[in-house]
Amino acid sequence: MATANPSLIHARGLTKKFGGLTAVDAIDFDVAPGESFGFLGPNGAGKTSAMRMIACVSPVTSGELSVLGMDPQADGPRIRARIGVVPQQDTLDMELTVRDNLSIYGRYFGLSRAVIRQRVDELLDFVQLTERSGDQVEPLSGGMKRRLTIARSLVNEPDLLLLDEPTTGLDPQARHLLWDRLYRLKQKGVTLVLTTHYMDEAEQLCDRLVVMDKAKIVAEGSPRQLIEEHSTREVLEMRFPVGVQETLGGQLDDLGDRVEHLPDRVLVYTDDGDGAATIAHERGLRPEMVLVRRSSLEDVFLRLTGRSLVD
Amino acid sequence: MSAPAVRVLEHELLVYRRVWRGSIVSSFLSPVLFLAAMGVGLGSLVDANGGAAAGGASGAALVGVSYLAFLAPGLLASTAMQTAAGESTFPIMGGLVWDKSFHGMIATPILPADVVVGKLIYIGMRLLLVVGLFFLVTVLFGAVTGPGAILAVPAALLTGLAFAAPIAAYSATQRDPNGFNALFRFGVIPLFLFSGTFFPIEQLPDLLQLVAKVTPLWHGVDLCRSLALGTAEPGLTLVHLVYLGSMTALGVAAAFVTFQRRLVK
Repeated sequence: MATANPSLIHARGLTKKFGGLTAVDAIDFDVAPGESFGFLGPNGAGKTSAMRMIACVSPVTSGELSVLGMDPQADGPRIRARIGVVPQQDTLDMELTVRDNLSIYGRYFGLSRAVIRQRVDELLDFVQLTERSGDQVEPLSGGMKRRLTIARSLVNEPDLLLLDEPTTGLDPQARHLLWDRLYRLKQKGVTLVLTTHYMDEAEQLCDRLVVMDKAKIVAEGSPRQLIEEHSTREVLEMRFPVGVQETLGGQLDDLGDRVEHLPDRVLVYTDDGDGAATIAHERGLRPEMVLVRRSSLEDVFLRLTGRSLVD
Repeated sequence: MSAPAVRVLEHELLVYRRVWRGSIVSSFLSPVLFLAAMGVGLGSLVDANGGAAAGGASGAALVGVSYLAFLAPGLLASTAMQTAAGESTFPIMGGLVWDKSFHGMIATPILPADVVVGKLIYIGMRLLLVVGLFFLVTVLFGAVTGPGAILAVPAALLTGLAFAAPIAAYSATQRDPNGFNALFRFGVIPLFLFSGTFFPIEQLPDLLQLVAKVTPLWHGVDLCRSLALGTAEPGLTLVHLVYLGSMTALGVAAAFVTFQRRLVK
């Protein structure tokens, strides 16, 4: 049955309801072994609810879900024994030391103390926290706590690692360090499933992703495919002095395939951003800021949902 | 005892290892202060008045006992209740809401029921420590009448668990600690004052006596006291044991439900 399916995660019509609220609405997806798969979407899109069902800590309301070839309803503990979870909010023990946090988590999986001792040393090294091993967790920086949470999620050497917004709230340097560690895991063959509302994170880490909006999947593909399918090669961004944007009328509408009027700027989707900027200039338009850039997943999301990812 | 529950217990002991010294000092000092002030200080006044307040004709069981000897086992039961209430409120909120360590546990093969069992075994161990030290202090005060008094220790442990289990179940339904204030103000403290700890409930008006007899702490106090003073009657002792045992069992069952609902949703 489910074991015959080569996917690590297989979902069909997967639905989660909380009372009258539908958090996840009949989504279909598969994650292959070794793949790095992402759920991209704004807050409240249903990403976390989907992740919690995969992590077997949230019962499926309806639809089909198998994880590692098993049924979360029947085999929760057996599945959880083989997955690693990095929750959206850290669940570290603030009163324990860095090392004790890892050791006790190994005990939760029933690992022997000898095995734990060896793995903890390796993991501390991997997340670059060896020097802090005897320190309490509470005063650590956000980035260090996040790295510790990732180390903790690896203590059982999981086949599948679930990361719910792994870098939200971190500064750029901390994020890059984390991405580097996740990239190494991916290269070792660990299957990663992550949620994010950062386009750059999805582009950096995901082989394939689904875009979620309002509990549904609205698009699926590799970052490159999604950009090619749903956006143009380049984007011309213009910011006008206060009050001017409202007076433009349709003056920009023929500059590209599509024009988005955001509250603070205008986006023109075109394969030739510089050309469009020149035409705008010839028409006597004088924006305060002009930028030509490549399309990103942010543009895909805007196109698909009519809204920005990060409010 | 399932293995995963033991791992939860390991976690609790690991956290406790950081605070055990302070905890033992205060578990020792607190009964010293109480027994000195109430038992010896106030007790000298009571005993000088012929012990009337502490029993007189109505409290037949207390005739011939010093107020200190009367007070100590009652206070033992009350201390077990207070320790249990402390351990099954804020630390539960911590695991669920503050550091979310229970959420971390159930992301592994550990189940919510294992969290409940592990946590209650830990509370049982804490209770045994507190009650044991209390008993030691009682011995040092010379307030123990015979070797049978040691039976008050397991009795107090049972009293504590009878409070810990249902309070833990309740705590798992709370989003913030506001409810705990009410629990202490309108539950724990009135029970502490009016369940026979300081004076026999026969001193209360008839109606309040009846109320006291259906509340749990009186059963704990009377069980501890009658065992400590060697005045236990089989019938009433059985009633106490069944009452406190059922409260523990129902509390555990309720906690299984509330922890499951809170952690898996």
